[in-house]
Amino acid sequence: MINKVVFNVEEAIQGIANNMTVMFGGFGLCGIPEKAIEALVNLNISGLTCISNNAGVDDFGLGLLLQKRQIKKMISSYVGENEEFERQMLSGELEVELIPQGTLAERCRAAQSGIPAFYTPAGYGTEVAEAKETRDFNGKMHVMEHAFKADFAFVKAWKGDTAGNLIFKGTSKNFNTCMCGAAKITVAEVEELLPVGSLNPNEIHVPGIFVKRIFEGQSYEKRIEQRTVRIKN
Amino acid sequence: MALDKTGIAKRIAKEVKNGYYVNLGIGIPTLVANFVRDDIEVEFQSENGVLGMGPFPYEGEEDADIINAGKQTITTLPGASFFDSATSFSMIRGQHVDLTILGAMEVADNGDIANWKIPGKMVKGMGGAMDLVASADNIIVAMMHTNKAGESKLLKHCSLPLTGVGCVKKVVTNLAVLEITEEGFLLLERAPGVSVDQIKEATAGKLIIKEPVPEMDI
Repeated sequence: MINKVVFNVEEAIQGIANNMTVMFGGFGLCGIPEKAIEALVNLNISGLTCISNNAGVDDFGLGLLLQKRQIKKMISSYVGENEEFERQMLSGELEVELIPQGTLAERCRAAQSGIPAFYTPAGYGTEVAEAKETRDFNGKMHVMEHAFKADFAFVKAWKGDTAGNLIFKGTSKNFNTCMCGAAKITVAEVEELLPVGSLNPNEIHVPGIFVKRIFEGQSYEKRIEQRTVRIKN
Repeated sequence: MALDKTGIAKRIAKEVKNGYYVNLGIGIPTLVANFVRDDIEVEFQSENGVLGMGPFPYEGEEDADIINAGKQTITTLPGASFFDSATSFSMIRGQHVDLTILGAMEVADNGDIANWKIPGKMVKGMGGAMDLVASADNIIVAMMHTNKAGESKLLKHCSLPLTGVGCVKKVVTNLAVLEITEEGFLLLERAPGVSVDQIKEATAGKLIIKEPVPEMDI
């Protein structure tokens, strides 16, 4: 099997440079590539265009890159719950492109799948469709959207093997699986890295062909954004 | 008396039918799950990638990897499934979801909806709302009839940037249930103790009244 393993996160992010376009998996703080984000913060690179459904919270996730002004532009669907983000956006320091969540996912999948563009009904008649080609299919209007072009995709999985095969847990698949193979270099970080043969091929969510580099991250924080519970009687 | 948010959720729960797959938005719509009859089978879809959502976990059993679209910790019911965002929106755009319930800042009497942006003031983003409203056949809006300043949220034209055009089918507010027809908002039901005149007063868009207007049964 082709070995995708890199020694650590520093090796995993090699080649990253200022002004690149970078994808980050995750929904809210669920399934975010914590270790890659940490390494990018430490590396101090800037001018990044980030494709990510959300922008983290003030002191975790992509919020850490925002705080250090390392992000030039965010492409997201929902950015609430982050004061620093809102401040930078309203003051014009940060460029923001908000797009529908399904369009965001499909633009990743299109990039992953070699489809340059597609039509979706989402956003027709709204400012999202401004300056975009629209077209009637079966009596309903659609907007043409393009596949993303990105330099790096950083994703986080539950388990992976040295061949780059990935398995996710719960709702942490979200944008992670869609972003694998959607950028020039896909870096997967996993909670548990196993030898080839340890994962059941029937249960693989992302085949290793979509992953360029893989490493095991240590001590994930996995912060919960909204802890909601019920009390046992 | 006008309904509170729980009352709105209770009334909307009556729209949920046996065999429905339902997507609930953040806010009042989330409460709807608490009031669905327990003798029918319904599955709740959350666009971040879960079908078969259950109640909040017991204290100490919350899992950072299992959340809903509001980023709240949740549980799953037997038969639940997890999937990625592309698959989730295949369900939504592909019209496999039977009912979408979401909140709004404004609804126009032609079914336009605005709920994602107040220029210069608040920009949270549309999340999955644009995909949902552009695709779903059956969209119910849950909201208060007026905003905090007392101005109507049921308008002739939306003043805020749109989320979708001509898509809302029904609106349930603290005052009334309204259906969107070609002629405008058709008043279907009044909240208990709320008069038709009160509803007229609070509605800026075109309101169609066919007396007698029954009270909601909740």
